[in-house]
Amino acid sequence: MSSIGTGYDLSVTTFSPDGRVFQIEYAAKAVDNSGTVVGIKCKDGIVIGVEKLIASKMMLPGSNRRIHSVHRHSGMGVAGLAADGRQIVARAKSEAHNYENTYGEPIPIKELADRVASYVHLCTLYWWLRPFGSGVILGGYDRDGPQLYMVEPSGVSYRYFGAAIGKGRQAAKTEIEKLKLSDMTCRQGVIEVAKIIYGVHDEAKDKTFELEMSWVCDESNRQHQKVPEALLEEAKEAAKAALEEMDAD
Amino acid sequence: MNDINSPHSMGTTIIGVPYAGDVILGADSRTSTGLYAANRDSDKITQLTDNVYLCRSGSAADSQIVSDYVRHFLHQHMMQLGQPATVKVAANLIRLLSYSNKNMLQTGLIVGGWDKYEGGKIYGIPLGGTIVEQPFAIGGSGSTYFYGFFDQEWKDGMTKDEAEKLVVKAVSLAIARDGASGGVVRTVIINSEDVTRNFYPGDTLPLWHEELAPQNSLLDILSSASPEPMVS
Repeated sequence: MSSIGTGYDLSVTTFSPDGRVFQIEYAAKAVDNSGTVVGIKCKDGIVIGVEKLIASKMMLPGSNRRIHSVHRHSGMGVAGLAADGRQIVARAKSEAHNYENTYGEPIPIKELADRVASYVHLCTLYWWLRPFGSGVILGGYDRDGPQLYMVEPSGVSYRYFGAAIGKGRQAAKTEIEKLKLSDMTCRQGVIEVAKIIYGVHDEAKDKTFELEMSWVCDESNRQHQKVPEALLEEAKEAAKAALEEMDAD
Repeated sequence: MNDINSPHSMGTTIIGVPYAGDVILGADSRTSTGLYAANRDSDKITQLTDNVYLCRSGSAADSQIVSDYVRHFLHQHMMQLGQPATVKVAANLIRLLSYSNKNMLQTGLIVGGWDKYEGGKIYGIPLGGTIVEQPFAIGGSGSTYFYGFFDQEWKDGMTKDEAEKLVVKAVSLAIARDGASGGVVRTVIINSEDVTRNFYPGDTLPLWHEELAPQNSLLDILSSASPEPMVS
């Protein structure tokens, strides 16, 4: 659904005659062209996975993290412009911290998502600010259970069972819909997310990638953390094996 | 002697006791200015939200202003969250005010209520602004007279009646000894369903050691059989 908004796309404070704000749509394109980020809600927690496209062979593995912890109980995977994403994460950390200082309890994930979304939206209201060129998938585990939210550059935020943003989001969403998430534990979910990310990675068009994954679930004691090495390796092996099976057909 | 220009102080006796997942709060009803009882029928158990109440002691003005601010903040918080506030959040808001303004405030508070995550809970926030989650809390000048009594009589897992009897007995013991506590005993019971207020007028409370029964008229005493009416 892309079109050029000639004349009406120069400022984020200008509507087009058909009611669109093109600058926000262009910001969303920055997210669409980035490496895929996938998040799923399993019955006992959240799993987030990122297809981290590696720009140069000189980069150390494990650098340029795309998944960040926001608080003990939550984390977010960012897609789009990395520096913009870092700002969003910084704001989320600050909101979570302030909430706990004021109210004496960890910030409910719904409230955190609302605040992040408000902040992202704020930057679409003034001509002297540009919209964030990144979207985030926010996952957390609070006293109401595990929850998954996605925040887009427009400032819109919805709660999901499964979400994907970035290059391979269409294919990823199709794969996620096939999963029976309500019966799945996070341990199984990690394997599935790895398979999805390996599956949507386009060998031909894109450079190599590194798989980055995190979870927050009962097994991790409701703390947001990187998926343990052993499980990550297991997931990568399973994903590669699944790919070969597909190729073999 | 009666300094009617003294600030109103609720010398007070206040208690909060959780039982079986619910909570009961109790208080006396005397507000004094110096030696004069400015209000002998005060309600020291104020509502913060549908499910969280506050027992106030110390300076009447200070405790009222703190409870008004917190009621306001809690209401905004509830609107934002879209669900009832938790007792912990209410208690935390109270202690942020108490602690930040400790040089100016003189109020000891007990927050009690019920929420769906933790059930019935009591938090004590004494002078200075610490916050302590406790299996039971007592406060006010009158509470000094039943520390030992409560230590002995309180037990885990009481029924509603046992808890209420304990609270009423303790407040009446304090009223008997503490000049700054008196009047009636009020209790508020908070559970998952609703909030019940009870009222125990002075003459329904038991008499303790050396307390005299209330008399209607001096004439009755004079015409009674006993020649020494003032000896019990």
